[in-house]
Amino acid sequence: MPQDGSGDTPVIEFRNISRVYGTGEAEVRALDGVDLKIHHGEFVAIMGPSGSGKSTAMNVIGCLDSPTGGEYLFNGVDVAGLSQDQRALLRRHYLGFVFQGFNLLPRTPALENVELPLIYKGIPPEERRARAMEALEQVGLAQRAAHDPSELSGGQQQRVAIARALAASSEVLLADEPTGNLDSHRSVEIMELLVKLRAERNLTIVMVTHEDDMAAFADRLIWMVDGRVERDEPTRKEVPHVG
Amino acid sequence: MWAETIRLAIKAVARNALRSVLTVLGVVIGVAAVIAMVTVGQGSSDQVTQDVGKLGTNVLIVRPGQNTMGPGGSSTSARQFEQRDIDRLIAEIPQIEAASGAERTTMMAVAGNVNHQATVQGVTNAYLQATDWPVSLGRTFLSAEEDSGRPVCLLGETVRQDLFGNADPVGEKVRLKSLSCEVVGVLEAKGASSFGNDQDDTVMIPLRTFQRRISGTSTISMIYMAIEDGYSTDLAKSEIEAALRDMRRIGLGEEDDFSVMDMKQLASMLTGITSVLTGLLAAVAAVSLLVGGIGIMNIMLVSVTERTREIGIRLAIGAQARQVLQQFLVEAIVLSLMGGLLGIALGLGLAAIAANVMAIPFSPDPLVVLGAFGFSALVGVVFGYFPARRAARMDPIEALRHQ
Repeated sequence: MPQDGSGDTPVIEFRNISRVYGTGEAEVRALDGVDLKIHHGEFVAIMGPSGSGKSTAMNVIGCLDSPTGGEYLFNGVDVAGLSQDQRALLRRHYLGFVFQGFNLLPRTPALENVELPLIYKGIPPEERRARAMEALEQVGLAQRAAHDPSELSGGQQQRVAIARALAASSEVLLADEPTGNLDSHRSVEIMELLVKLRAERNLTIVMVTHEDDMAAFADRLIWMVDGRVERDEPTRKEVPHVG
Repeated sequence: MWAETIRLAIKAVARNALRSVLTVLGVVIGVAAVIAMVTVGQGSSDQVTQDVGKLGTNVLIVRPGQNTMGPGGSSTSARQFEQRDIDRLIAEIPQIEAASGAERTTMMAVAGNVNHQATVQGVTNAYLQATDWPVSLGRTFLSAEEDSGRPVCLLGETVRQDLFGNADPVGEKVRLKSLSCEVVGVLEAKGASSFGNDQDDTVMIPLRTFQRRISGTSTISMIYMAIEDGYSTDLAKSEIEAALRDMRRIGLGEEDDFSVMDMKQLASMLTGITSVLTGLLAAVAAVSLLVGGIGIMNIMLVSVTERTREIGIRLAIGAQARQVLQQFLVEAIVLSLMGGLLGIALGLGLAAIAANVMAIPFSPDPLVVLGAFGFSALVGVVFGYFPARRAARMDPIEALRHQ
């Protein structure tokens, strides 16, 4: 299992990672020899045209998918060859997900949605409740704890999803187009929340996005084309920070 | 984790309350049918045991041939008994309190212009003593009447009602074919026997009278014996068997050509018939449990497909495949157990009503109830496993993409 990330060990390190689907003529190289290092507390945006491999990269980072080649070091430990169950444990203890479609359990109150990962962590009910409530407070939704997702706006739903990742005290937050379903005002709110949480909790955030405006909130932009990293550079800080 | 899983499963089942109820209907009906069948069967067995108990537990019945007791009656080539066999048994075994030969046939009894079909039995007073059957009017046979085969008779309550109404028939004449006999007494009402036939539908005449005037032989096809109170019937039985083997010259290693039955045996034979029938009916009912299980599997498969996204979310936040398997399996078990509980309640309710209507004891068997409960859990495991495995094998990426 990975060590607590400290010193110079990157949280996420790809060494010549490839992910190939199919064989022979039908072979698709979704990732084609990617090298990548992401350190603790970084906020990285991944962009690229569709089919560039950014979603595959996210899935591999999130241990939802296994690379077909190369080494993936998570906190310095190679996790490329882990079994499905081991990857599930890694996700449970280190990784939080925020999706474009929010992916909350329907007909389940916000609080219970946030508690969900804590159940799998085996945390007793009272502590679970307290931690979930705390996470909801951090995203400013404490008073909505009892509401079902269908009673919440898109922005609120996404904040519940962020709270769910926070409650599990994940080190790394993986956001797959988190603002894709939101209007620009809500999108900015979500990005500001991520920036704030990153600062408060020393979160590492990796975000896939289409939108330059959103990518501008990150410190670093990785541009992918055809399964390779084409550019990897700091973002120009044009968007003024609130507060 | 388990408590959590069960809580979750109950919530999931409650969320689709109507669908859940419809899903488990098959199990409900199956369990209810099995429980009702077995409970009613047990009740009627208990009834039989009770009835036979009323006949007297110290009564032994001896018949020629093997195992010919029961609704089928007897037909055997084995030698019939004679009066001297009975006399010798009484002489050899002092614990025999009363012994009587018994012959019976069905005949038309006529009084005045009224006809009545009745069981005519040739017996002695010892029979009435052995079966604990007193007279309510008049008297029993005199020994002179028994010895000389006089045409006198005792009427069962049913025959008396039919031929004479509530009037006192003592001293009246009843004609059995060509035999005209004088009524000397009326037997106390005894009710239906374990076979369901009316024991009071009878006319009793002295055995000798029966032999001379009706059967025309001196043979006896049945001996009723009462064993002294406090003496083991099993012991008496083996003594009688030994004596009979000797009297009938049955060699060592040869099978008995007669049978001695006590009431316990009779009861177990009768309840045996009931339990075979009960078992058959319950087996048919159990088939609907199978159908119920398939219903659960069907709905669980639908549910897994519907909740693909939920499964994706759970996998993404760190659920392991076996935890997802466990979740859906427990859900199926909760469903089928719910069906089982409803079925048990319904089955016991039906059995209670049936017992009331059929006037038999309501005898719920905790083992059967427990068995039904366990079996419905098993149905959940068996039919929930396949859908749960399908859920557990999902690829999280695909599942999350599912619309």
